[in-house]
Amino acid sequence: MIAAEDEAKGRVQAESMVPPAKSEQPARAEASRARAGLFGRWEVVLVLLLVAVCAGNTWASPYFLDAQNLLDSTQSFSEKALMALGMALIIIGRDIDLSVAAIVALCGTAIGWLATQGVGTAGLVVASVASGTVLGMFNGALVARLGLPAIVVTIGTMSLFRGISFVALGDGAYTAFPEGFDALGQGYLFGVIPHELLVLVVFAAAFYVLLHHTRIGRRLYAYGQNPDAARYSGIAVEAHRFWFFTLNGSMSGLAAALLTSRIGAARPNMASGWDLEVIAIVVLGGVGIGGGSGRMSGVILAVFVMGLLTFGLGLSNVPGIILNIIVGALLVASVALPAVLKKVASHRDGARS
Amino acid sequence: MSPAALSSPAALSLTGIEKRFGGVQALAGVALEIRAGQVLALLGENGAGKSTAVKIMTGVHRPDAGQVRIAGEVAELASPEVARQRGVAAVYQDALSFDDLSVAENLFMGHLITRRSGWAPRRGGWLDWKAMRSRAAAVLQSLEAEIDLDTPLGALSVAQKHRVSIARALTHDARVLILDEPTAALSSREVDDLFRIVRRLAAGGTALLFISHKLDEVFSIADRYTVFRDGRHVVDGLIAEADEASLVRAMVGRAITQVFPKATVEIGAPLLEVRELGNDVEFDGVSFTLNRGEVLGFYGLVGAGRTELMEALFGLTRPTRGEAAIDGRAIGRSPGESIEHGLVLVPEDRQRNGAFAALSIRENVALPSLRRLGRGPFLDEQAEERLARQVVERLAIKHASLSQSLSELSGGNQQKVVIGKWLATDPRVVILDEPTQGIDVGAKAAVHTFIGELVARGVGVILVSSELQEVMGVADRIAVMREGRLVRLIDRPDFDAKVIAASALGAGHESTALGAARGEAALGAGAPHPTEKEDAASRAS
Amino acid sequence: MQLLARRDATLALIIAALVAAIVWRAPVFASAGNLDTVLNDGAILTIMALAQMHALVTRGVDLSVGAVMALSGMLAALLSRAHPELPALLAMGVAAGSGLLLGAANGALIAGLAMPPIVVTLGTMSVYRGLVFVISGGAWVNAHELGAGFLRFPHERLLGLTWLTWIGVLVVAVCYLSLHHRRAGRELYALGGNPAAARYLGIDVARRELGVYSITGALAGLCGYLWVARYAVAYTETALGFEMQTIAACVIGGVSIRGGRGGVVGCLLGATFLVVLFNALPVIDVSPFWQMAISGATILVAVALNARGERRRSPSGRAGRTSIARGAPTAAAGAKAT
Repeated sequence: MIAAEDEAKGRVQAESMVPPAKSEQPARAEASRARAGLFGRWEVVLVLLLVAVCAGNTWASPYFLDAQNLLDSTQSFSEKALMALGMALIIIGRDIDLSVAAIVALCGTAIGWLATQGVGTAGLVVASVASGTVLGMFNGALVARLGLPAIVVTIGTMSLFRGISFVALGDGAYTAFPEGFDALGQGYLFGVIPHELLVLVVFAAAFYVLLHHTRIGRRLYAYGQNPDAARYSGIAVEAHRFWFFTLNGSMSGLAAALLTSRIGAARPNMASGWDLEVIAIVVLGGVGIGGGSGRMSGVILAVFVMGLLTFGLGLSNVPGIILNIIVGALLVASVALPAVLKKVASHRDGARS
Repeated sequence: MSPAALSSPAALSLTGIEKRFGGVQALAGVALEIRAGQVLALLGENGAGKSTAVKIMTGVHRPDAGQVRIAGEVAELASPEVARQRGVAAVYQDALSFDDLSVAENLFMGHLITRRSGWAPRRGGWLDWKAMRSRAAAVLQSLEAEIDLDTPLGALSVAQKHRVSIARALTHDARVLILDEPTAALSSREVDDLFRIVRRLAAGGTALLFISHKLDEVFSIADRYTVFRDGRHVVDGLIAEADEASLVRAMVGRAITQVFPKATVEIGAPLLEVRELGNDVEFDGVSFTLNRGEVLGFYGLVGAGRTELMEALFGLTRPTRGEAAIDGRAIGRSPGESIEHGLVLVPEDRQRNGAFAALSIRENVALPSLRRLGRGPFLDEQAEERLARQVVERLAIKHASLSQSLSELSGGNQQKVVIGKWLATDPRVVILDEPTQGIDVGAKAAVHTFIGELVARGVGVILVSSELQEVMGVADRIAVMREGRLVRLIDRPDFDAKVIAASALGAGHESTALGAARGEAALGAGAPHPTEKEDAASRAS
Repeated sequence: MQLLARRDATLALIIAALVAAIVWRAPVFASAGNLDTVLNDGAILTIMALAQMHALVTRGVDLSVGAVMALSGMLAALLSRAHPELPALLAMGVAAGSGLLLGAANGALIAGLAMPPIVVTLGTMSVYRGLVFVISGGAWVNAHELGAGFLRFPHERLLGLTWLTWIGVLVVAVCYLSLHHRRAGRELYALGGNPAAARYLGIDVARRELGVYSITGALAGLCGYLWVARYAVAYTETALGFEMQTIAACVIGGVSIRGGRGGVVGCLLGATFLVVLFNALPVIDVSPFWQMAISGATILVAVALNARGERRRSPSGRAGRTSIARGAPTAAAGAKAT
């Protein structure tokens, strides 16, 4: 056993002689704060932000605070929300996936074609999810099995997948879908609750449990923080990464089915720009881009912040491209703010070396 | 030691240096003197303040009190560049390397030589490659390093990289050179070369500071010593007048009679059987058996393939041939499986590979055991809690709560958590890869005691170590590896330092006088140390 | 250095083979008109690939270059519309200058606040692109609204090559000189290869990073003008998605996404490869809709090949520290004497 003397000697472990090791690990002290428990400081910020968004929207438009309108509003962001759930796990694992929107486009194109071949609603949903899964596996194989950097791979697959849609459809669109297909994205339960919201709630709960109450979730946090140490601890890091990319693809496939159903058409440029929005939601939700930190509650709150914000602005007839500016600015701000606070804090503590 | 050197001021001296970090007093008034033409050994346990002192000398930190003097004049070392300009340079091995850049660029990065031309802006300027190359060639030649300046650093061998790191310090015209644990990754042949270079530098007037935990090396290279303990300097003097026991006592504060406590334990039935294991590149044809309660030492030079062998046993890499089994059950397909079969590997680089600073104590401890802590797909959080509590109590880990993040614990307690998490998996074979490298005498003894407790419970231990003294003290058998093969298996009654060292070095290698002396010193305290006459003789060579 | 040269040579051969194959299939590819197009396209992509290389080498990335091109180009176009008599060089200066500022904004966030480049440039990409809409009111600026000098300049010739091509050559030369023969340039590679060591050695990391993104922005601004002038139109979707092509060109050219490695020649070759490929498509009767898919596939193939080259030889990932005795001890690379 480690003797008591060691305890006395090892007060503060002397910093090593050598300047920081080559594998620079970003400061993780805050990361631990951003991980423990259900609710943290960042979630409080998000709640306040949500309140502000709702207040602003109410002031801007009388239609906002209507219960049915609010429920309906979720339809416009449920698909992105589903994608954000998968993306959150990817980013916590220190990876990134820029191809999610392209996967949506390709899956949409695929089921659009299948619809012309007479496949029914149920079959289309299954096909969409299955296609997304396969595309996700492709990403996973390149990143996890071949060890290629995720950012470049998904930039490549982003072009490849959407490119294939363009090759298949060119300028056109598939608009013929079977009877009942539109009920998916446009239908309601009891005439009040949108189907998409139900789907979102179910998956949000499932992802929450996955991340916080399963062993897989534990392992994800571990290798997101320190992949080498995780391997030495017996975690099959590459296998996990592969399956999370696959899952991300599946979620995009599901989103594709819902989106196609909601807008009634499949085009090669559908979900254009969604990769940015989904990443923005996840980062806004408190998931650090460096991996190993973040909570599902934060992501879900961010979904609503971002979703209601864009919905409200849409109600006020703000054009889509302006919304992009706001999303982009929000993304930058949500990472800049903690950085600025950190700088202010360190200046206050004194810059003595 | 020339009379001139004695009367002129020290090349670098510290007086009354104090430094506090937050709540910890790292240095509480230390002094030391590094004189030109001499090698000063700085000794002390981890946490004694050596690294802080070095950082102050190299301009990384500013002292709260006290002075740094260079050649007698008080110097304000505001930054590492200032320190370098004043002629103080520290040699860091891997940390400052740019693998994709050429050797020449590595030597000069940070102070690339530029030439002004008439129309170029004041700052910046065009790089003077000719000047850099000629200077680089000169420096490398003085270090006996035949290295092509245009080769990317990453393509060099470890020994060559080491020369480059020393050369880098020399390109600054360093008058004070600080060597921190420079022999950690070197074979004894390379250590001989290094010491020859050190002696030559000293003869040329450079002042050298040598920091090491290896007392036998200190005795062979240093002229004087200073001992730090708990942030203060305790004693200094001439190496020629010192002996190991008194130095250890000064470092630790009390006598450590037995550094390697070897209890007698009954060695049981075979536990781990390895047959003809190889991976075609780093090791091949390795066969051995590990018995219950046995400590099997793996000795060899750096690069012999020991770590690679252990990683293959653990399942991190796939061997291309051969097999390994614990009690008949094959192991080695993945670390997760190995852990399940009772084999764990505590890796060399503990900081990087052992601890998750941002995870809680509970999560750290439970991580390797996750497979057993499930209830269906879910995590059995109560079982996790129980496990963590058990470990924390058994190892007496001081903590506020199990949900506390690991980074908030002291270094020693963090270490306990790292070891504890492996214990929690209830292992039957524990592989320790260089567990005492770079740690001080007190902690080393603790590790060896811990090994003793493991084997007392019937666990089989494989100890990979580059320290002959340690391996001979702790192991029941020694397996010597050389260039990827297991060349010798020796039982404890037959331990012979010269024989083991020779096996590791290879037939046809003539041990230098230094090597033989180290071999003898390795037999433990009481063996004769190289006398001053022998030292002077080897210095002249 | 030697490795990079070998890779570049191989790539050059591949390009030559590709050109040969295309010309054999469709001789019209070698016509003067087509070569002109190739050179002009190549010039812009080369300049932008070099810009992106600066970011990649320092372990960063700039996803906003397409948006900066659009915004700067639109600014120059609006200026020309309001004052058609203004000389082209002034418009070019305005575009490059505005690009510099936009890039510096990126740099300030990345260097000053230590924010991850991918997040920053993903965000500014949206913001800048949206600003194009804002300043133009969503309307296009068409050829007849732009000044004659503005439009003519890139197409004017000197010694047979267009100014556009010459500008490309100039940028290549300047980049090569600054990256190999100026301290700031070499320090970028150190920064990307080992950031902690670079910091310790006194390299002003923040200043270098700010410089990198400012250069990226300035070059993007310059190309914004060139693009608008060449195609004689400025609108919100100018150069949409172009940043992906710049990354593709870099990856094909051997620039490592992990930083610290990459050369000017490689980028030039990478850009050439892509431009040749894309220009070949219409010539061999392949629909332009294939461009995106081919772009993506090329990136994947290139990065896979890059990785093969970067991979260490030993299974455990160690940099050749050990090897089994096979008679004589292995001679270490780079040693001149035995």
